[in-house]
Amino acid sequence: MQLLALDTSNQAMSVAVMQDTTVIAETTINHRKTHSDLLMPTIQQLLAAAEWQAADLDRVVVAAGPGSYTGIRIAVTTGKMLAYTLGIELAAVSSLAVLAAGVTHTHAIIVPLMDARRQNVFAGGYQWRDGELLPVIADRHLAVSQLLAELALLQQPVVFTGVDTPKFAAACRLQLGGQASFADPVSSLPRAARLGLLGLHAPLADAMTLTPQYLRVTEAERQWLATHDDTEHEPYVEKV
Amino acid sequence: MSQRELILAFESSCDETSVAVVQDGTQILSNIIATQIHSHQRFGGVVPEVASRHHVEQITECTDLALQEAGVTYADLTAVAVTYGPGLVGSLLIGVTAAKTLAFAHGLPLIPVNHMAGHIYAARFVAPLTYPLLALVVSGGHTELVVMRAAGEYEIIGDTRDDAAGEAYDKIGRVLGVPYPAGKTVDEMAHAGHDTFDFPRAMHDSDDLDFSFSGLKSAFINTVHHADQIGETLDRNDLAASFQAAVIDQLVGKTLIALRQHPVAQLVLAGGVAANRGLKAALEAALAREFPETTLLVPPVRLTGDNAAMIGAAAHIELAHQHFADATLNAVPGLNFQHA
Ligand SMILES: [Zn+2]
Repeated sequence: MQLLALDTSNQAMSVAVMQDTTVIAETTINHRKTHSDLLMPTIQQLLAAAEWQAADLDRVVVAAGPGSYTGIRIAVTTGKMLAYTLGIELAAVSSLAVLAAGVTHTHAIIVPLMDARRQNVFAGGYQWRDGELLPVIADRHLAVSQLLAELALLQQPVVFTGVDTPKFAAACRLQLGGQASFADPVSSLPRAARLGLLGLHAPLADAMTLTPQYLRVTEAERQWLATHDDTEHEPYVEKV
Repeated sequence: MSQRELILAFESSCDETSVAVVQDGTQILSNIIATQIHSHQRFGGVVPEVASRHHVEQITECTDLALQEAGVTYADLTAVAVTYGPGLVGSLLIGVTAAKTLAFAHGLPLIPVNHMAGHIYAARFVAPLTYPLLALVVSGGHTELVVMRAAGEYEIIGDTRDDAAGEAYDKIGRVLGVPYPAGKTVDEMAHAGHDTFDFPRAMHDSDDLDFSFSGLKSAFINTVHHADQIGETLDRNDLAASFQAAVIDQLVGKTLIALRQHPVAQLVLAGGVAANRGLKAALEAALAREFPETTLLVPPVRLTGDNAAMIGAAAHIELAHQHFADATLNAVPGLNFQHA
């Protein structure tokens, strides 16, 4: 299986081309959020390095969120259009799972974090079992205080990962004490090769209908839904 | 290889996801438009994040429908074109990303198109364009007078200093209790009423070509509020008619000044507000009176709003000039033509 993996969920952009589980080329740029101009040239460079044409690809795997709304849309749109136009397979993987997969050789619960502002985070819980990364706490948008309270109740070792972790490290230590540990800064970066591995056997997504996992309705919709019945207003989009 | 020039065009600058196949810059083989109006009606205006979410939902299906309806395959295509600005950055990015992906996957040239150029070239589906040409582009986001000395050359000679005309319609529509977008309903109400309020016509006597609608909007709102305070009920149709008359007087007045400064054979009325019946009729009458040699070109209603066919028509000119983008193409939300 010749596979392309794309993660543009946050500041870091990571792209990999893989032959099954073998990484042929990978690029990770953790500088500025300029995914829209950098992604396509990076894909071209990596395919050239692998001496593949776009048409040689069998599957494209995207990190579908949560993350920066604009960021996840870029990977999802690129993945959808590539899969659709080349007639190849598409798989969507949680952007939090990609972060968790960067922390290997542990039996602890791995908790990937992304800052969602105002003391909120996108977070989930993952655990390696027989070489497979399993979700043990569903990806959610929640207050960091709530996440830490839930983790404390588990009374199990927890490894936090993700580039935003240092912002919450003090709170994690305060609440969880010796239960908490932290992935090193390099392992905390999303790596597309990890995404590729997760996506190799992931269920297929439909290129026509795939949408990002925002895990959060927009503020405008939240306010509107507070006073309106959703079902009476659909469809929201119509072909005219 | 086919002899026809076929451009697959994308437009996603605001709240319409549209994909079209245009042949030789003149013939629409398909023009799929997915409109989000019903969604943004919930909020009384376009919410950018909601718009971006709808675009990513729609983009692949719209592309598939456009290719199917046109009955073409990738091997038939000459180029891929896309609106890269002006517009909402998150919305633009979906079209730009989709177009880049297709161009890359099939080794096709990528043509970046200015959305406003697209609006003007919608008129190409009505008649061949002759230059120099003057265009009045009026939409929810823009009110501009543009001179074109040659194909693909755009110069702004008049711009709005505050609101776009379409924006002013939406704002007074809210006061009248008309659902967003208000243009069509206010136009209908205006036809049932009379210009009795004599709202101000901004800068009507000056020689400069810039527009302003904020004074008119304030006068309108003050009139309604004052009536509310003294318990008087105003005729809503007369209010709409008076507002529309003031907008049209300004648009037509400035266009006539522009025509005196830049004599042209063709005047193009472009953008969503071009669908306004009152504006079209007033421009026709003014031309007949003062510039009988100048022809008014107004695209059909389906092509005045945002759509990808117009992007394909503008891209045909860019293709002739070999204006291509590479894989680094990004959205430029503030993209604009050069000012004169
Ligand atoms: Zn427009």
